[in-house]
Amino acid sequence: MIGSLDPRLPEGPLEDAWTNHKFSLRLVSPNNKRRFSVIVVGTGLAGASAAASLGELGYRVKAFTYHDSPRRAHSIAAQGGINAAKNYRNDGDSVFRLFYDTIKGGDYRSREANVYRLAETSLAIIDQCVAAGVPFAREYGGLLDNRSFGGAQVSRTFYARGQTGQQLLLGAYSALMRQVAAGTVDLHTRAEMLDLVVAEGRAVGIVVRDLLSGEVTAHAGDAVILATGGYSNVYFLSTNAKMCNVTAAWRAHRRGALFANPCYTQIHPTCIPAGDDFQSKLTLMSESLRNDGRIWVPRAFDDARAPADIPEAERDYYLEEKYAAFGNLVPRDVASRNAKAVVDAGRGVGPLRNGVYLDFSDALARDGADVVRAKYGNLFDMYERITGEDPHRAPMRIYPAVHYTMGGLWVDYNLMSNVPGLFVAGEANFSDHGANRLGASALMQGLADGYFIAPYTVGDYLAGRLGEEGPRTDHPAFADTVSEVSDRTARWTAARGSRTVDWFHRELGRIVWDHCGMSRNAAGLRKALAEIPALRQEFHADVCVPGSAASLNQSLEKAGRVDDFFELAELLARDALEREESCGGHFREEHQDAEGEARRDDEHFTHVAAWEWAGPDDEPIRHREELTFSAVTPTTRSYK
Amino acid sequence: MSAGENGMLNVRLRVWRQDGPGDAGRFETYDVGGISPDASFLEMLDVLNERLTLEGREPITFESDCREGICGTCGLMINGRAHGPQKGTATCQLHMREFSDGDLITVEPWRAGSFEVIRDLAVDRTALDRIIAAGGYISVNTGAAPDANLVPVPKEAAECAFDAAACIGCGACVAACPNSAAQLFTAAKVQHLNLLPQGQPERWARTEAMVETMERFFGSCTNHGECEEACPKEISIDFIAWTNRDYVRAKLRNRKPTGRR
Repeated sequence: MIGSLDPRLPEGPLEDAWTNHKFSLRLVSPNNKRRFSVIVVGTGLAGASAAASLGELGYRVKAFTYHDSPRRAHSIAAQGGINAAKNYRNDGDSVFRLFYDTIKGGDYRSREANVYRLAETSLAIIDQCVAAGVPFAREYGGLLDNRSFGGAQVSRTFYARGQTGQQLLLGAYSALMRQVAAGTVDLHTRAEMLDLVVAEGRAVGIVVRDLLSGEVTAHAGDAVILATGGYSNVYFLSTNAKMCNVTAAWRAHRRGALFANPCYTQIHPTCIPAGDDFQSKLTLMSESLRNDGRIWVPRAFDDARAPADIPEAERDYYLEEKYAAFGNLVPRDVASRNAKAVVDAGRGVGPLRNGVYLDFSDALARDGADVVRAKYGNLFDMYERITGEDPHRAPMRIYPAVHYTMGGLWVDYNLMSNVPGLFVAGEANFSDHGANRLGASALMQGLADGYFIAPYTVGDYLAGRLGEEGPRTDHPAFADTVSEVSDRTARWTAARGSRTVDWFHRELGRIVWDHCGMSRNAAGLRKALAEIPALRQEFHADVCVPGSAASLNQSLEKAGRVDDFFELAELLARDALEREESCGGHFREEHQDAEGEARRDDEHFTHVAAWEWAGPDDEPIRHREELTFSAVTPTTRSYK
Repeated sequence: MSAGENGMLNVRLRVWRQDGPGDAGRFETYDVGGISPDASFLEMLDVLNERLTLEGREPITFESDCREGICGTCGLMINGRAHGPQKGTATCQLHMREFSDGDLITVEPWRAGSFEVIRDLAVDRTALDRIIAAGGYISVNTGAAPDANLVPVPKEAAECAFDAAACIGCGACVAACPNSAAQLFTAAKVQHLNLLPQGQPERWARTEAMVETMERFFGSCTNHGECEEACPKEISIDFIAWTNRDYVRAKLRNRKPTGRR
């Protein structure tokens, strides 16, 4: 049972909070640092930057990734950019404004102190990345270029063409490889964390499966950092990479770490709709397309005419009509819900009637093909490669898809979970985005956590362990955890049912998307809470996993991940049911105003919901961390 | 593309199957029918794998992750071409509309001495990471960076560095090269940093170390140019020329002066 949920927020005014807090953090002297080992799981932006930075400081770091190389993590697919309050444009940006925009964008469901620190840290991130050789876009004078992104009124987004995530990850990866060469980081590739080892109430290590040999081994560390990403793939179809999963975080949850706000999931409005039943993942198209593309559907139901044959009067430019001020540039959640409404109403377009048009014909006529190509050429090519259709000739078809999860393991201001010694960084934690993340903020948070926060706060925890004996793998907790993991793995390979893992994953995804997707209601959530465990039982009884556990076996890997998605999906639905309000990415149909806009309930829900695992057959326990606002006053978001 | 009945495609696959690094391996033939031209090549393999699983056979091991052409995890030799017939396209972005009904398609792993086959179509590419560890970085500890706008970078240099930095590390250049050289990969990584002002202090040490590490694990480059043709990011072999130039200069500059030990 968890005692009080103490976020350990710093005292005093926000502006000085992080500086003062850093001073209060205990230090480990250089000669003592090498006595401590730190395990880092995941080598995306947060994991690679944390492992590299801790290695530079002199700790003995063990980094783990299930990829063949640390350069593959899904941070690499982020397109748009990274925010920083540099105010290089002289357009009135400041740390406070970035903080304010992020708190408001998160619909007042995040901690002021965390978000202020994030905005403050953004400055150093850009410096660090440029010094490491990240080729950001430049102006002719050689200085850094910026653009406005995601509806922000200032231009604070730094970018590297449409591949900012790739370039930032390659920067963090190169810093990591430098430490690997220097011997401070011991890198384990193709090693998947399957459990956390907890002894005497502390995180003391992890259990991993070598994906090539199937060998299950234990690794001890004085602290463990999870940087294992989000859980969008619970929906099966999402913009996440195929291997992204919740297993590391979920296994830590089962060992006592609280899971916060799982119902905060983000839907991106401009993705390419599924083309057929075999669709394996969805591809995101940059949101910038909405700057020039006009969104519409036919006014008639089941209109099978080609878009060019539908006259202007019979087209419904629904965003422009409904939101005069913002039009096609309304925030992600608003654009997504409106697309769902028209498709659900039977006015969707494309062979499967599962999309809406994003039409560039006006922009092409107004600016000419060259200007439009200069802005969006690579996106047009990507679209054509995937759909076989040329956006110069026919409008694009788009539809929302899940692409980021704000929820995650609960952490305090030091990024430490309620399990001492277990730290969580990047998308895997719940900390900074509240109920909705702003564009170009995910990369910022991953690097803030890894480069500039964890290296201080992990040190503080370790300083308190000086003089104690470090964890050793001969402690019985390690052998017990290894045997539990091995038993579970063996159970899968004994499964010779009649359905594949992917079949179950697709079915699970369908339930979660239908009832806990873009819009939710109590009846649907209750239905999901009945259907998920039933399907899970069927999964255990009827899944087929060929091959052995003693070699590379991709079906086996997927089986364990899908099993954890089942448990997470239930918690997601439960959390969504309990949160009787609409906020950010969580839209409850019961809580909307007469015009269909989200209605928050600040009186009852200005808190973080942090769930405690109570066992496979027992209902989880909901803990609350109250949120207080001193620098900003919660208001209603309006885009009319 | 020409489709079959109902607009769907039926193809015959010859797929390389190999149980492990020590196994001799062999081709196996599978007929796959009813595939939508809008399906990706990997989704077609997914469909085949679902069927094999339900038939109680082992699915084909192949690697992929982002499936949007940026992570570099995927990579298949399709009809003898790295990443298949479409230029500038990684395997995961190749779609079935590039094929015709009734086609026979041969699918193999990357073949190179330095890429050991792990199983079926999956290979070990860790040697590429060793080239990076040899010097593919700028030595700047976290926190030591000056303000980002302190050093202007000419736009042209930044753009050119980006063209090199776009490499996704898939290994297609190695697979396509008759010598199994990783010269395009190495050159892209070397030039990304060598072209930037931040990369100057370590330029000569980096060039020598990375090129020589490449030579240790891979074959030597003799300017066939197959790598550029196969590269899904269309990285130019000009970077190889520049790297060769830098390497010669590095060998002179890195020489220890006579009398110094």
